[in-house]
Amino acid sequence: MTSYRIPEKGRVNQGKPVRFTFNGASYVGFEGDTLASALLANGVHLIGRSFKYHRPRGFLSAGSEEPNALVGTDRGPGRFEPNTRATVLEVFDGLNTTSQNHWPSLKRDIGAVNDALYMLFSAGFYYKTFMWPKSFWNKVYEPIIRGAAGLGKSPTTPDPDTYASRFAHCDVLVVGSGPAGLAAALDAGKSGAKVILVDEQAELGGSLLSETDAGINGQSGWQWLEEARSALAAMNNVTVLTRTTAIGYYHQNLVGLCQRLTDHLPNPPADAPRERLWKVRAHQVVLAQGSIEKPLVFEGNDRPGVMLAGSARSYLNRYGVKVGNRPVIVTSHDSAWLAAFDLAEAGVKVAAIIDIRPNVSGHLMESAAALGVEVLSGWTVTGTSGRLRVASVRANPVSRSGVVGSARTIACDALLMSGGWTPSIHLFSHTKGKLDWNEEGQMFLPGEATEESRCAGAGNGVFSLAAALAEGAAAGAAAALDAGFAAKAASYRVDGELVLTGANNRELPTDRNTSKAKAFVDFQNDVTAKDIRLAVREGFKSIEHIKRYTTTGMATDQGKTSNINGLAIASDAVKRPAPAVGLTTFRPPYTPTTFGAFAGYNRGELFEVTRKTPIDGWAEQNGAEFEPVSLWRRAWYFPKKGETMHAAVARECKSVRESLGMFDASTLGKIEIVGPDAAEFMNRMYTNSWTKLAPGRLRYGLMLGEDGFIRDDGVIGRLTTDRFHVTTTTGGAARVLGMMEDYLQTEWPDLKVWLTSTTEQWAVIALNGPNARKLIEPLVEGIDLSDEAFPHMSVAEGKICGVPTRLFRVSFTGELGYEINVPARYGRAVWEELYRAGQQHGITPYGTETMHVLRAEKGYIIVGQDTDGTVTPDDAGLGWAIGKAKPDFVGKRSLTRPDMQKADRKQLVGLLTTDPNTVLEEGAQIVLDPSQTLPMKMVGHVTSSYWSAALGRSIAMAVIEGGKAREGETIHVPTPGRTHTAKVVGTVFFDPENKRLSA
Amino acid sequence: MLLIRCPYCEAERPELEFTYAGEAHIARPADPSKLNDDEWKTHLFIRSNPRGTHFERWRHQHGCGRFFNAVRDTVSDKFAMTYKAGLPRPTETELEKARS
Repeated sequence: MTSYRIPEKGRVNQGKPVRFTFNGASYVGFEGDTLASALLANGVHLIGRSFKYHRPRGFLSAGSEEPNALVGTDRGPGRFEPNTRATVLEVFDGLNTTSQNHWPSLKRDIGAVNDALYMLFSAGFYYKTFMWPKSFWNKVYEPIIRGAAGLGKSPTTPDPDTYASRFAHCDVLVVGSGPAGLAAALDAGKSGAKVILVDEQAELGGSLLSETDAGINGQSGWQWLEEARSALAAMNNVTVLTRTTAIGYYHQNLVGLCQRLTDHLPNPPADAPRERLWKVRAHQVVLAQGSIEKPLVFEGNDRPGVMLAGSARSYLNRYGVKVGNRPVIVTSHDSAWLAAFDLAEAGVKVAAIIDIRPNVSGHLMESAAALGVEVLSGWTVTGTSGRLRVASVRANPVSRSGVVGSARTIACDALLMSGGWTPSIHLFSHTKGKLDWNEEGQMFLPGEATEESRCAGAGNGVFSLAAALAEGAAAGAAAALDAGFAAKAASYRVDGELVLTGANNRELPTDRNTSKAKAFVDFQNDVTAKDIRLAVREGFKSIEHIKRYTTTGMATDQGKTSNINGLAIASDAVKRPAPAVGLTTFRPPYTPTTFGAFAGYNRGELFEVTRKTPIDGWAEQNGAEFEPVSLWRRAWYFPKKGETMHAAVARECKSVRESLGMFDASTLGKIEIVGPDAAEFMNRMYTNSWTKLAPGRLRYGLMLGEDGFIRDDGVIGRLTTDRFHVTTTTGGAARVLGMMEDYLQTEWPDLKVWLTSTTEQWAVIALNGPNARKLIEPLVEGIDLSDEAFPHMSVAEGKICGVPTRLFRVSFTGELGYEINVPARYGRAVWEELYRAGQQHGITPYGTETMHVLRAEKGYIIVGQDTDGTVTPDDAGLGWAIGKAKPDFVGKRSLTRPDMQKADRKQLVGLLTTDPNTVLEEGAQIVLDPSQTLPMKMVGHVTSSYWSAALGRSIAMAVIEGGKAREGETIHVPTPGRTHTAKVVGTVFFDPENKRLSA
Repeated sequence: MLLIRCPYCEAERPELEFTYAGEAHIARPADPSKLNDDEWKTHLFIRSNPRGTHFERWRHQHGCGRFFNAVRDTVSDKFAMTYKAGLPRPTETELEKARS
């Protein structure tokens, strides 16, 4: 294979070859190459197929703006990554890469038929092509679209890599290490300020790496760069981060950085994180992001071998690679001429320079003549040929009056284009900084900043090297000064720099039918100039609408190379100036960023904390299945060997009803409310009246929001006149305490009350069943457990198993029950002691599922399951819990609003299915008439539904419009395949007289 | 991520430590039963939702636990100032001073 490497050129280490593969073929590149430069050195331009039309594509650029050259990289099991830009992917020994978006092969791709069917894929094709017939949508269109959509293949195995993250603070953060960024970092660094300098590339230098002509302070650009690097490395107060992309700029000078640590290494250390996400809080920020070259828009501008001229120059000067043996230049900007000259000087035959502008400065013309390069100024390009690589370019003269003359075909193997340069304003835009339109340059520039930031260099529209250095130095010094350091801007002398100018274009003039031209604006999403004009003709006038309709700028490159061309064409089509049409919003991240980097350490067990009770370990050892309840994991049921969940729950229920069960209720939220005004505070927070509750007694408490809807409930004990032991739902604990704090701190700061969360201080063991008292009687000291002394809804302090306890006599099952609160550290010991002592009664540990069934049999609600934030006490059948004599409590006033008293409110009822074996699905919708036409009127839904072992049939609760008045009626529950019927009943299914509570 | 100054801790802390708690300076009526339905509706549901200066409450949930008031611009997200619960709404002059 012919080599396109030029031995004496470039910065890659030509003494250090590396071997890599692309689509299974083996290639050799050099250390310092990107995949793009290494493939180009091997004469490979065809790198992938386009997204929509599957057109063959090559490398458009040499940087992170690349829209075409997306490849899959495979670094071993679980380490496949799609959509890596070949232009920033560093090659190393053993790198394996594949092209994307084609079948069966890159060179022969069936999907390319889309290219011939382009009329189906015009702007808004999603909304047009696949509309009719309606029945085709589910079965035909959607599967095809989903199958064809997406770029690259997603990896399917878990990512074995680790990702790090860290915070950092600095005085001055400099983004970009081109001339402006380097000058800024040097002056800020010299002031003693703490500086972080970041650059997305593997080495510092930015545009300097691609230039060879200009000199700085009497040195060559590269010599100066070497000195600048050494100077920065010698400053202890300066941190230089390469391979690090500033991905987002957030409030108060917080900048997100993604540092790539191991992707460039053939053998990364086993324990090294792959990437590190930095969150840098900077006192001052200097943005020196540089600029991106604009493509020209003409038919066939996407053929492999058609490339940005500045990128071709980068490949030549930085990587020592000529992108062709017979390139043609097409440009409207002087900078492309420099690419032509550099190539010609390197011995490449430049076939022609086609400049759109009729007049080009004399010194460029002279240089071209001296190098023997033909110049066609005032010409246009109207087409290209070549199937998998450009073979010729069709050029036409354009008269002063704009008439396109007859075409001439020029053979070439590369076409290097330049439409000028666009400042990178992405990070500045993240901060909502104002953008100013520069009419002469047809570009947006950073205007007034919203953050403590400065822009410098090409990213600020300052393109000359001398001016960029001066602006960078000034920005660095000013930033350091604002951060409190004495700083001075250095001055630089630049020699040999040409003043470059350019003109701006929309689509290039052509003599061909523009309605058939594929002149690409957005290469990654396959959007052409005519798509944008079509969108405007169809009525889309706002740039945000045009963007979404055509998808221009919506690909993973966020339109880095396409936005301004798209804007110029849209502005022409809607006949409004570009700044009035405006730019679409830039959003972080600047370049695609891995999910791994964002997740950082927060994955697997560290994704979320798992709260465990003191008794959790016992449950685990005794074979419990667990379920998550808010952040807690709770024992769900305790299956015996070979037992199904259904059988285990039925056994646990039976045991509680017939003898004795034990349940870990430690997750209940607990709040200690103490102070002289404790009862008054309780009166205001809960619906119930607390004044007359005697110490030693419990009461069910109901809490509303100010809107009158149920927020939480729980059993509350009064220990002394000034001390309440409040319990809340497991998931509601923090919310309830927060709400109490809110009222206490901001509405009633005069009340003398103190609130303390004690959820984790108490372990709670619930004992339920006819034998509950028998079990604890011998174990309790200091409390008379007789029914008279310690009736249902009592609380007392004493000892159990020798440790202090707050003993509640309370039941959430309808059986004789106790909740034994002991200090958390004794929880497991007491549990084990009760379990041992309970063997004589066949004591059965049970989990949350059995608890749910038992409470449902009694019609006890679970807040959040049977209520949903729109349920009033009356809706839930809890009107009795309201202290009607109280003048006020949170939510009271709302209960008398007209809407809260309507007869057709959804009310909680019981349901008994006609077929006793049918257990309805929770959440199933309820209708009154099952034969009505679709869509049916839904009058409520099932909230709880279980198999009741005690009753030998299913039971359910539901909320139904006007439900209470419907008792005895039959309702219908349509489910896929079958409609169930059920009778509306009361909510208490078992022991309605509550005889068992005091048995 | 915002940096928010807790007026009780007298320190700037990252947003992660705080929770938002709605519009400020909406006092619960001393006797809600005195309000007619319309007045109660206004108290309960009607908020100013301005574009620009917003008086709002925050809680230093994972710090001192206190509720406090803040003045934030809903467009730029910039805080002009924070102040303790119970203090009156700052005047325009005080806000100007805080912003500069």
